[in-house]
Amino acid sequence: MPTDVENWKSEVYGNEIRDHLFEFAEEGFDSIPDDERDAWFERFKWWGLYHQRNGQEGYFMMRIGTPNGVLEPGQLRTVGEIADEYARGPGTNPIFGDAYADFTTRQSIQLHWIELSDVPAIFEKLEENGLSTQQACGDSWRNIVGNPVAGKDGQEVIDAWPVINELNETFKGNDDHSNLPRKWKVSVTGSADGSGQGDINDLAFEPAYKAVGGGGGGDGDEGGDEGEIEDAVGFNVRVGGGLARNEPRFARDIDVWVPPERVPDVAGGLSALFRDYGDREDRYNARVKFLVDEWGAAEVRETLQEEYVDFELESAGRDVREEYTYNAGEGERNDLIGVHDQKNGENFVGLNVLVGRMGATDVLDLADLAAEYGSGEVRLSQRQNVIVTDVPDDALDEFLDEPLLKHYSPSPSPFMRGSVACTGTEFCSLSIVETKNRQVRFARWLKANVDLPTDVDEFHVHLSGCTASCAQPQIADVSLRGMKTRKDGDPVEALDVGLGGGLGENPQFARWVTQRVPVDEVPGAIANLVESFAAERDEGESFRAFVARHDDDELDAFVDPEETDYEDPMMHNTKRTWYPYAENDSMEDAPSPPADD
Amino acid sequence: MGGVTTRLRVLDDGAWISVNDDRKVRVSELWRLDAPDLCECALTDLVVENFQSVGVDGSTVEVRVYGQCIACGAAGTTGWIPVGRVRGSEFAEIDRSAVRRVRR
Repeated sequence: MPTDVENWKSEVYGNEIRDHLFEFAEEGFDSIPDDERDAWFERFKWWGLYHQRNGQEGYFMMRIGTPNGVLEPGQLRTVGEIADEYARGPGTNPIFGDAYADFTTRQSIQLHWIELSDVPAIFEKLEENGLSTQQACGDSWRNIVGNPVAGKDGQEVIDAWPVINELNETFKGNDDHSNLPRKWKVSVTGSADGSGQGDINDLAFEPAYKAVGGGGGGDGDEGGDEGEIEDAVGFNVRVGGGLARNEPRFARDIDVWVPPERVPDVAGGLSALFRDYGDREDRYNARVKFLVDEWGAAEVRETLQEEYVDFELESAGRDVREEYTYNAGEGERNDLIGVHDQKNGENFVGLNVLVGRMGATDVLDLADLAAEYGSGEVRLSQRQNVIVTDVPDDALDEFLDEPLLKHYSPSPSPFMRGSVACTGTEFCSLSIVETKNRQVRFARWLKANVDLPTDVDEFHVHLSGCTASCAQPQIADVSLRGMKTRKDGDPVEALDVGLGGGLGENPQFARWVTQRVPVDEVPGAIANLVESFAAERDEGESFRAFVARHDDDELDAFVDPEETDYEDPMMHNTKRTWYPYAENDSMEDAPSPPADD
Repeated sequence: MGGVTTRLRVLDDGAWISVNDDRKVRVSELWRLDAPDLCECALTDLVVENFQSVGVDGSTVEVRVYGQCIACGAAGTTGWIPVGRVRGSEFAEIDRSAVRRVRR
């Protein structure tokens, strides 16, 4: 039997939602009939709008999809102006204040406290400036990710940016692909560093070489001269990665190489395969990773070939995975923070944005700096950070001296640099614990109290509020995931602790070694873990390698939770509040929906 | 004569149980269960992570949930657990501190 969501989608979905959305915006939030709200809120996601959690009635999170994290000159200013004008609500965050933008792990941007009546004006401003919320959420093609400096990176094998642009143009608003069984996350990477994180996506295109020519070709033509064989650059294809629901999978190699010009055909074929064969009766089983589990990679390839493409698929080419360093736990370019060479001789500068959140005033200031020192372009990484591109050598020192870069540093402390956090109970229905502010507190305490070995300059700590894994906890050195436990008999927020995850040539999910640590004991646990690592590591050994050579019991002993002078003000059930940071935070004190203008 | 129809839904990707279009029961609470199929603890102390399905047996609203016992660490999906009663169009949630018995 189809689910409620499938029934709602079968009635209205895709592009047509927009007209209804604008009608409700015109007539006011209260014009949405009570018994239709859940259906409309589900549909609004397709246009990037999530109704915020209980207690925040009438307010929405808005996600802006920026393909590959590319913000063209002027677009960051647009985001900052919208955040400043519209992303304000009845709750004020004690660390970040009012009006902020969140840079996400999928190179998108999220704004909170958006009112429905403001949506048409926001859409108009976004679209005038080449930005969109279309399909930023919902069951369709999500924001396409990749190496954020595609087209500029000195380490590039192939420029993936034109491919990403073409996919975005082809599959956004495409009625044939607008209603899939579940979300569809695509990564296209052209660099040799693995920064597109293809392994954790539903569909991944990764750079690869393939010998072509030689008097034949892949279409059965046996005639002609022998000709020269040369290496063409294209992409290998992987399918069925994802982290959610305690069922993490790395994308599986389906033994296909595709030249850039045929990526849309293969991507569309696989999207259509998922549309037609994915599970629409159980949303928990709907992601394509479960279909790949059931079928196996060979059957996916065979079905793609027989039913969805009209040319002979090439077998996989020679990949460059042995060069992957991004989030790999060792080597250069674990992230894109700092100053790096562009292939045109200019520089891109990665700046650390702690847990991805930046106040609107800082967003506007950064947009100004990008225009003053670079081309005005800014890009977003999958580690919730920003990158200013096109900075010439002779402007670099002055740029690096800008006061704003003291806060958004190109050379941050490892604990600030490595912090990633999801939205958490501040706004999210699913999360079990508070996250963003907590990770800020953790990072500040760790920076002040814990010394890593001097040769270790990166240490990734990812905090996710639940098993949805929006902070990608399974691919961090230290993985933290929201839980509950009892302390002195009282329920308190807690975290499961996993260790040793990361990507690279041979990706590895974290092993969950210590369960249900009360949140006030987590910083002490990490401190004790780092102390054991420093004392017992082999010379030059990375943290990930250190974890790999110990069993779970040994690692559990290293974690050793402990109270310290770290104090956590959010030990209680933040989910029972309307807003955790409100002075009067009980549900009974929740504000009424915003009055319509 | 037809009875009053109660609309029951699992919403927000398993985060809420909705009764008559109103979110009433949420994840992230701790429930004490008599659930010998889930773990060997005398009483399971379950953190509710995700609602899998919702149904009604007479006037009793029941759910199946994915969760974990915080005492022993066992995780899994439960059988049907009562979460409240519907009288007319009103829903009354079971006292969160009560011990719940897996019904079937």
